[in-house]
Amino acid sequence: MMKFATLLRKPPEWMLLDGPHRDIVITSRVRLARNLDGPAFPGFAKKEDRTTVMQELQPVVEGLPEMKDGFSEDLGGLDAIRKQVLVEKHLISREQAAKSGGSAAVINRDQSLSIMINEEDHLRMQSIRSGLDLRVAYAALDRVDEELDGLVKFAFHPRFGYLTACPTNLGTGMRASAMLHLPGLVLSEQVNQVIAAVNKIGLAVRGLYGEGTEALANLFQISNQHTLGEREPEIIARLERVIEQIINHERNARRKLVEDQPHKVLDHVGRAYAALRYAHILESKEALTQLSMLRLGSDLGILPSDLGRTIDTLLVEIQPAHLQINSQRKLGPEERDVLRAETLRQRLAGVPEPRPESLQPPVDPEPPVI
Amino acid sequence: MQCDVCKQNKATVFLTQIEKGKMQKVNLCETCAHAKGVADPKGFALVEMLHGFGHGEKVATQPQERTCPNCGMTQTTFRKTGRLGCGACYQTFGEGMDQLLKAMHKGVRHTGRVPAWAKVVGRDNGRVEDLRVRLEEAVAAERYEEAGRLRDEIRQLTPPETAV
Ligand SMILES: [Zn+2]
Ligand SMILES: [Zn+2]
Repeated sequence: MMKFATLLRKPPEWMLLDGPHRDIVITSRVRLARNLDGPAFPGFAKKEDRTTVMQELQPVVEGLPEMKDGFSEDLGGLDAIRKQVLVEKHLISREQAAKSGGSAAVINRDQSLSIMINEEDHLRMQSIRSGLDLRVAYAALDRVDEELDGLVKFAFHPRFGYLTACPTNLGTGMRASAMLHLPGLVLSEQVNQVIAAVNKIGLAVRGLYGEGTEALANLFQISNQHTLGEREPEIIARLERVIEQIINHERNARRKLVEDQPHKVLDHVGRAYAALRYAHILESKEALTQLSMLRLGSDLGILPSDLGRTIDTLLVEIQPAHLQINSQRKLGPEERDVLRAETLRQRLAGVPEPRPESLQPPVDPEPPVI
Repeated sequence: MQCDVCKQNKATVFLTQIEKGKMQKVNLCETCAHAKGVADPKGFALVEMLHGFGHGEKVATQPQERTCPNCGMTQTTFRKTGRLGCGACYQTFGEGMDQLLKAMHKGVRHTGRVPAWAKVVGRDNGRVEDLRVRLEEAVAAERYEEAGRLRDEIRQLTPPETAV
């Protein structure tokens, strides 16, 4: 099995790949909720019963071919910082991080699949991919689901589908989402309109770390709300169509900004470059905002095009738990802000100055959707 | 199953109640259920009833609460937390959930993936019926492309001799 240190050091597969629409969609994720037929759900089960379920499920999940040489740990065996690192890497949920014994996380070697045991449901399985790639993310998870289906008996009802602790997950138990970087829509003040429109058609919009979190770094998670009454491929196709439209809106917004307000764009990118290269104290929120502007600069040709990947890595590495684990001690907020600025200065040291003359509007990689 | 009170008639009324964290079950025949006030809208207390077997004691007026026989989840706790206790809870509380599910979801019937054990030959979980309704809607709304797709799907799911 993989050690925590390896998990920490190894970049996840999605960060190394360039999925479709990578300039706007950072990741695509699909999650399935499953429960065993019989035992009480984790939130209502007695401690012994929860432990029994975990002891039954953990070896089964570890034994899946996809999880070979992966990471597997009882949450009781991880300290608060290590649990938080897994949250910052989007491998476990904040809810699971709050748990200790009787709950486990199993993560595959390339960190594209993570399976939480005894979170809100007996199983919460997640697949993560680079760019807009929901179908492939679902296909990977569907295989895991199929394999597990042959090994354990899932709670299922012919009318309600897969049974979950919360009725909001009933049916398919599936939540598909994409993480979008929308600086163009934020700068042109159109993002609230887009969010309202997305909400109106039954999709949810959340911040960087899920429900109730702020839309930091101009990052927005869009996901399906409904899990019952539609088949999995239909849910994914609908979500994908909406996301493609948002991508078009974002490209148009960026194009318009470049054409109408080039100085505004250059100013944002220039200030971000200066702050990230030369600041000595950086709070999390400011660092994330500036990284967002730097990524925009890279997408618009002012900064090297391969900078995007470094930025996506940094969005995770400058989070509190990552800073603390890398410095191997617990840090106060002020110390973290100093260390954050230092990390950013080091990691961005070789980045050449912005080149305003290279500013160019985004090009559509594909013909626009009608 | 025999009635727990008269030990003669066949039990047709099955009750479960949680009292001081302990689950109590009782099976009654129609007559005894009526005599013990189960049909009484004010309800009864199971424990008192069990203790009062054959003594003709007064039945308490505490309303009986719907409880999951598998995990002991009660209607009150479910209402309060919005979470169910186990899969069997959906049998216990599912009936009254249609309104809730309608507000939460696209539909009230699952149409997606089915685990191997639930795939019973000759039963399709209402999928064909569901597809037929959607086909009618699509035709009525003149969405012919969708209608064609649905027709193909129905054909695939229906044995040739019963096909429309
Ligand atoms: Zn009787
Ligand atoms: Zn239950």
